[in-house]
Amino acid sequence: MPATPAFDAAGEETLSEILNAHRGIEGPLLPILHAVQEAFGHVPQEALPIIAQDLNISRAEAHGVMSFYHDFRENPAGRTVLKLCRAEACKSVGADALADQTREKLGIDWHDTTEDGAITLEPVFCLGLCACGPAAMVNGKLVGRADAAKLDKILEGAR
Amino acid sequence: MKIWVPLDSAAVALGADDVADAISAEAAKRGVDVTIVRNGSRGMIWLEPLVEVATDDGRLAFGPMEPGEVPALFDGLESHAKCLGLTEELPWMVRQTRLTFARCGVIDPLSLHDYELHHGLKGLKRALSMMPAEIVQEVTDSGLRGRGGAGFPTGIKWKTVHDAAGPQKYIVCNADEGDSATFADRMLMEGDPFTLIEGMAIAGIAVGATKGYIYTRSEYPIAISQFQKAIEIARREGILGPRVMGSDYSFDMEVRVGAGAYVCGEETSLLNSMEGKRAVVRAKPPLPALEGFMGKPTVVNNVISLASVPVIMDRGAAFYKNYGMGRSHGTMALQIAGNVKYGGLFETAFGLSLGEIVEDIAGGTASGRPVKAVQVGGPLGAWFPPALFDTPFTYEDFAAKDGLIGHAGLTIADDSVDMLKMARFAMEFCAIESCGKCTPCRIGAVRGVETLDRVAAGDPSGIPLVADLCNTMKSGSLCALGGFTPYPVMSALTHFPDDFATAKEAAE
Repeated sequence: MPATPAFDAAGEETLSEILNAHRGIEGPLLPILHAVQEAFGHVPQEALPIIAQDLNISRAEAHGVMSFYHDFRENPAGRTVLKLCRAEACKSVGADALADQTREKLGIDWHDTTEDGAITLEPVFCLGLCACGPAAMVNGKLVGRADAAKLDKILEGAR
Repeated sequence: MKIWVPLDSAAVALGADDVADAISAEAAKRGVDVTIVRNGSRGMIWLEPLVEVATDDGRLAFGPMEPGEVPALFDGLESHAKCLGLTEELPWMVRQTRLTFARCGVIDPLSLHDYELHHGLKGLKRALSMMPAEIVQEVTDSGLRGRGGAGFPTGIKWKTVHDAAGPQKYIVCNADEGDSATFADRMLMEGDPFTLIEGMAIAGIAVGATKGYIYTRSEYPIAISQFQKAIEIARREGILGPRVMGSDYSFDMEVRVGAGAYVCGEETSLLNSMEGKRAVVRAKPPLPALEGFMGKPTVVNNVISLASVPVIMDRGAAFYKNYGMGRSHGTMALQIAGNVKYGGLFETAFGLSLGEIVEDIAGGTASGRPVKAVQVGGPLGAWFPPALFDTPFTYEDFAAKDGLIGHAGLTIADDSVDMLKMARFAMEFCAIESCGKCTPCRIGAVRGVETLDRVAAGDPSGIPLVADLCNTMKSGSLCALGGFTPYPVMSALTHFPDDFATAKEAAE
């Protein structure tokens, strides 16, 4: 697992810029959380009370929202995030077998990161590539008709 | 030389960017002047990346293209190994009625000029010449029903918001297309975003809303960036802003991105998410039409519903209503997916039989094995066996067979699928994605997984328990997640009892 970096003064500065950039919009919490995760790679837990105070909501509320959504992570992910679709259309063309192979090869389960911090494996429920499954996403890049060979090639440079 | 290479997510996932790069490189090498247009997908996903080249006779199609096959394109078109003939004459295209997706794959998605050359903005112009109540009436008369799945008449919803008093109203486009087997919203946002912008602007004018939001998925990065670009262009060209096309109406919009929660496709949980809350479902009433986003009157419509409005306003309610069957008027964008020979998007009038869609249009399975089951309407839809393939594709006919058409996604599975596993997955998915508000959904789904595991281990006493549990979930959940998870579970149990019995027999 990659270590979670300390939330320092520079972090607070970045957070304050993000909060300022979202002033005046309706329902700003999700856009703020997305921006924070984009900037830090995860949502530092130290940021939540600051966001809560800025939006005049309770810390519990901020934590409740962050933890509700699958996208937001408390700790950094591996350098490469591999998402494999687990939904029905992909299952019908072998997504389960591909997922089993991948987990075995990487030696990790869903949501885990390899020991060397290289790869995080996440399930995803539909990438909208249902006519060309199994579908995968590697650091935001879409992969259709994924198989073990294709994934191996993509992940080659990741470790 | 003018060449089209789709930027659609499916095409990109199959290598369209590499093909486009190869075309640029080869053109530069040969000193040929080439214009590459990154268009939407024509919907023939099995042919992606589908490259088209302009000729005097029309656009010639080539696919599925690989970068290594690009140089041969410059040596001769008709002689190319992947030449499929004119795109418009391919059987898949000829058989469709493309109303909502008329421009998708045809035009440059970010060219307003191209858009206008293909009937774009005609609907909005006509709407601007009418009274708001007349626009609402036109949409009501078209028979358009919510394409997100619920099938509620769009015009009635609009009328409720139109008649509601309030200084601020909203148009919210539900682009949280989380159902497996569906990708129509994504394809439209990528391939013809101005249609959705136009539809939302018409909705805003009709009901008196000045602000629109598109709530879409973080899993759709290309759709998000493409749609944001389209909004900027529309704003720059005066389609959006304080004076819509020079009129006295004001309308603008922005994109909001979800964060991986399936339940946000339910309209009230979507509204909570937009407000920055946990996406917990709200009880109705109050209806979102009266108390929606920020407690204000809000139209919440699916992408395809809103994107069907421009053609209705352009060609008239009667034109649209004449397509279809029974009380299902107009066209539906079928999304054919899973283990399928010809998968993709096929827009057609309501009324084809499920068998025609699966065997004829889709050509059966990709594996070549017999079709065992087709799940219609996403993860909350029922599995249909071939014995029910005579069911016509309409809202009513599917409801009568204990199913639903939902957002019109079809997952085809061959005879290797284990329906007990699929039933278990439906429960597992519900347990993962439940917002937690209703006990039958939050706890029932977990118990459903456990009970189906017991059945799989050879305990037949679990089966009546699953049926009872499904009944409780169906009647005791506020939204379709808990309420409809019983559809895939019970249809699997009803139509494929053998898959639930084999484990039992093996244990005996």
